[in-house]
Amino acid sequence: MIQETIIETDLVTKIYDSNGLTVKAVDEVSIGVKAGEFVGLVGPSGSGKTTMLAMLATLLRETAGKMLIDGQDLSSMSDKQRTKFRREKIGFTFQANNLVPYLTALENVELMLRLNKNNGGKSRARAKELLARLGLEDRLDNLPAQLSGGQQQRVAIARSLIHNPSVVLADEPTANLDTERANQVVRIFADLIHEEQRAGIMVTHDLRMTKYVDKVIQMVDGRIARVITDRADINLLAGTSEFDRLDRSAPNKSKDLIFPQAPPLRVPVPTFGGAD
Amino acid sequence: MVAYLGLKEVWRNKGRFFLFSLVIALIAILVLFTAGLGEGLASANKEYLEKLDAELLTFQSDTGYSTIESRIEFRKVNRIRRLPGVADAGPIAFSNVKLVLDNGPEPMDVSFIGVEPGRPGAPPAVVGDDLRSKSAKVVLIDRRVAEDAGVGVGDFITIKSTQGTDDELYSLRVTGITGGQQFFFRPSIFVSLPVWDLYRPKADPGAYSSQPAVNVIAIRADNPAAIATIPATISAVLDDLETTDIKTAYESSPGYSAQQSTLNTIKGFTFLIGTLVIGGFFQIQTLQKIPQIGMLKAIGTPNRVVAAASILQIVFVTVFGVLIGGIVTFGLTLGMPSGVPILFTGTSILIATLSLLLIGPIGGMVSIRMALKVEPLSALGM
Repeated sequence: MIQETIIETDLVTKIYDSNGLTVKAVDEVSIGVKAGEFVGLVGPSGSGKTTMLAMLATLLRETAGKMLIDGQDLSSMSDKQRTKFRREKIGFTFQANNLVPYLTALENVELMLRLNKNNGGKSRARAKELLARLGLEDRLDNLPAQLSGGQQQRVAIARSLIHNPSVVLADEPTANLDTERANQVVRIFADLIHEEQRAGIMVTHDLRMTKYVDKVIQMVDGRIARVITDRADINLLAGTSEFDRLDRSAPNKSKDLIFPQAPPLRVPVPTFGGAD
Repeated sequence: MVAYLGLKEVWRNKGRFFLFSLVIALIAILVLFTAGLGEGLASANKEYLEKLDAELLTFQSDTGYSTIESRIEFRKVNRIRRLPGVADAGPIAFSNVKLVLDNGPEPMDVSFIGVEPGRPGAPPAVVGDDLRSKSAKVVLIDRRVAEDAGVGVGDFITIKSTQGTDDELYSLRVTGITGGQQFFFRPSIFVSLPVWDLYRPKADPGAYSSQPAVNVIAIRADNPAAIATIPATISAVLDDLETTDIKTAYESSPGYSAQQSTLNTIKGFTFLIGTLVIGGFFQIQTLQKIPQIGMLKAIGTPNRVVAAASILQIVFVTVFGVLIGGIVTFGLTLGMPSGVPILFTGTSILIATLSLLLIGPIGGMVSIRMALKVEPLSALGM
């Protein structure tokens, strides 16, 4: 199956200039992410991974190089076009402060549809299905403060996918979660990216989470140090054994086998029993 | 989207926003009361002068436009009437008497004003007849007197006036009722000048003139351009007189400007406090919301939506607060004794209300600016 390349960067460089001090945060990075591909962007602090994510999210302009998402050249866009592009083409999950505190779980997801002026009855039904898929069918009318950290991140994931974006970006989505919740969140995130054929990039410090991705891009000092696509190598990085992986019946090397019939969204496959 | 974001937040934080509206309501009550008091006090001072059918008032020179100090010989009225530009002139004499009420325990203080029937200074009757005769013992009364004393056209009123050292009672028939005509914090009753001189309190009981000295002369110009030239014309002919416009005249009455500037200072400070309180509240609220605003912008919320939602909240809270304040103020005035000089005329209330509605957006400007400056990048902790 030939997949379309959604994200394409060519020798992207970001130079910060503060107080006469020049810092090359991202140095000639070229990556490509296909539809249905989930990429883990890892590296130590200051390696440029968040800067890279910010540029892909159109929140930051590159100093040099070229960035294409869905065939559109990001550098040629005005700020206003970037804002529109973000709400239409990009789904976001942040480390914290993901949700609007005075909107319920369902309303937070619908917010994305409202922003895109697409909040008819059908969309609402889809928001409910997506939240149910994420095990939150009992929590639709809860405010974020009434949800656990893991539940909040799952609402954020639903919001990042509800408007059918081409690209889904996640910035340390598990930073505030314990291991079990982190695994749940990233696993379902990966499943949805695969099912819905989005191009997903997750920035993470937690190497264990790379076991759910299809490709790991490791950055050091603004440059790509390593790209790992081999499942065994990824698992080695993630510190998981083959046994753990089989037990979970997930990864990706032979994707078509693992997801023979990618379950349609309407069927709530993994549920987490609400009491997270 | 703007209404959705702005009003959902208010709705989900009803308690907080309601409390804040109450603060605005209290400020509104204070401002409305101060405005009403300013208007009421000013009116108690100037109502008669302001309603005069004249543009200018002539005083004795060097009396600082004081209606009480000024004394003008009656014959000068005729001199003035003949001057170019003068359409008509009317002598006015002020005094105070007590109105003895049959049914009330306390006599009522009233301004006893002598005028020449049909001339500037003689107010029109809204019920009954104007003063017509120079000698008939009839009186035109302020509607407040009519209401408080419970008298109507054709009734007799009794005034108490000190002649020498004795209190004398005089009876006058009510020929008509005027609109509100307060002068110097008292409602007024009007008689012809000869009747006025006969009944006014005086040290020498025998003194009487059919053409007594008066306090001021009200002048009506025959064309608007003449208003500017008449004062000089009069001074040229009668150098012991000076003439000014009505507004300067009542603003010169004792305590008027001190009282009004005090009230305006209070009002100004209340507005300032209101603006700062609203500004502070929304600024703190925006500060707390910075991460959330950053996230909203990062997921593609346009800046104008963020700003408009903020403005909507501020306007909503302000309007709600001013509405509560207005209702409470209105309720309080209903229970207010009639002696309290509070007056809610259309304009004073309108200006105060509009200014109150403006303090919200003005106070909130800093917070809106703050919200606009939040970088969407902050959602990534950058």
